[in-house]
Amino acid sequence: MNTLVLLHILLGFMIIGSLVTVEIRNMLSAVISVGAVGFALSIMFLFLGAPDIAITQVIVEILSLILLIRSTINVDNMAIEKRGEHVLSNRATLIFIGIILAFAWFSFHSLRPFGYPSMRVSQFYLNQGLKEVGATNFVTSVILDFRAYDTLGEAMVLFTSISGAFAILRRWKREQHKDFLRIDREH
Amino acid sequence: MKENRKSGMTFIVKMITNIMIGFMIVFGGYIVLFGHITPGGGFPGGVMIALAYILVTLAYGRNIVERKVSGITASVVDDLGALTFWFIGIIGLCVGGEFLYNFLGKGKPFHIFSAGTIILNNIAITLKVGMSLYAIFLALAILGRVVTDKNERKDEQ
Repeated sequence: MNTLVLLHILLGFMIIGSLVTVEIRNMLSAVISVGAVGFALSIMFLFLGAPDIAITQVIVEILSLILLIRSTINVDNMAIEKRGEHVLSNRATLIFIGIILAFAWFSFHSLRPFGYPSMRVSQFYLNQGLKEVGATNFVTSVILDFRAYDTLGEAMVLFTSISGAFAILRRWKREQHKDFLRIDREH
Repeated sequence: MKENRKSGMTFIVKMITNIMIGFMIVFGGYIVLFGHITPGGGFPGGVMIALAYILVTLAYGRNIVERKVSGITASVVDDLGALTFWFIGIIGLCVGGEFLYNFLGKGKPFHIFSAGTIILNNIAITLKVGMSLYAIFLALAILGRVVTDKNERKDEQ
């Protein structure tokens, strides 16, 4: 029961952090509050009994924070300005959030309680994992033995995204066509 | 690293980097190699090793770290990691009749050489993830160059 209270406190912290991220005017502060939300999420994973995900969340959060801070620290920090009132878009957003919350209320009440999954295959992994794979970390035995296809697919997704990023950010063509980039430099 | 004393961050950051870099790489390797015993695995270990390289890049500047591991090398190692994973799967197909079959012995639980091919797969994913994120960071460092050029021009004036 104590864990539940703590999870609710962390949830409130994350909601406040997200609101601060959206509403604050300084871009660097927004990035820092995104990082705070991510670290609260990793603590949440830790209390839910998922240390693998918690480690991954912390490390990926650090990496994304470095990238975001590096990209925003040289920019004009007060770039976000509110331009007028958007009454219609605010109303539309509120209506859609209400619809999504209503559906979420019904769907979460039809779920089984936490720790009692509806699929029997996870119980099979817990019973037979040590005998069939020999790994004491069941998460690793699932992602690299029972479901290794998925991990291969994830590696391919990462490979494709990195290839796309390289195609956009490459340097050699950029230096051939320096004249087109002159406008950016003198800005 | 002596000739470029001006590039990168301050002396304090460089000294802390010198101390921390070994711990980071050793802990990343520990997370990878014990991924089938304790929490961890190839992905967090790979990101941690990439973060070690990124720390050196931030502290010492891009030119010095590119002399150790260039962007081309990083992307080649990245491809090799993906190919290693695929190749382990093909060996499983040849030996056991199924793709990604666990063809090595199970071993005793809680030993480092247990669980067959999981440790090899973890190392392959580490190479893939770590080097690809490092290469992406090097590629993104180009974007910061425009601002740096502008600052240098101000200094010259």
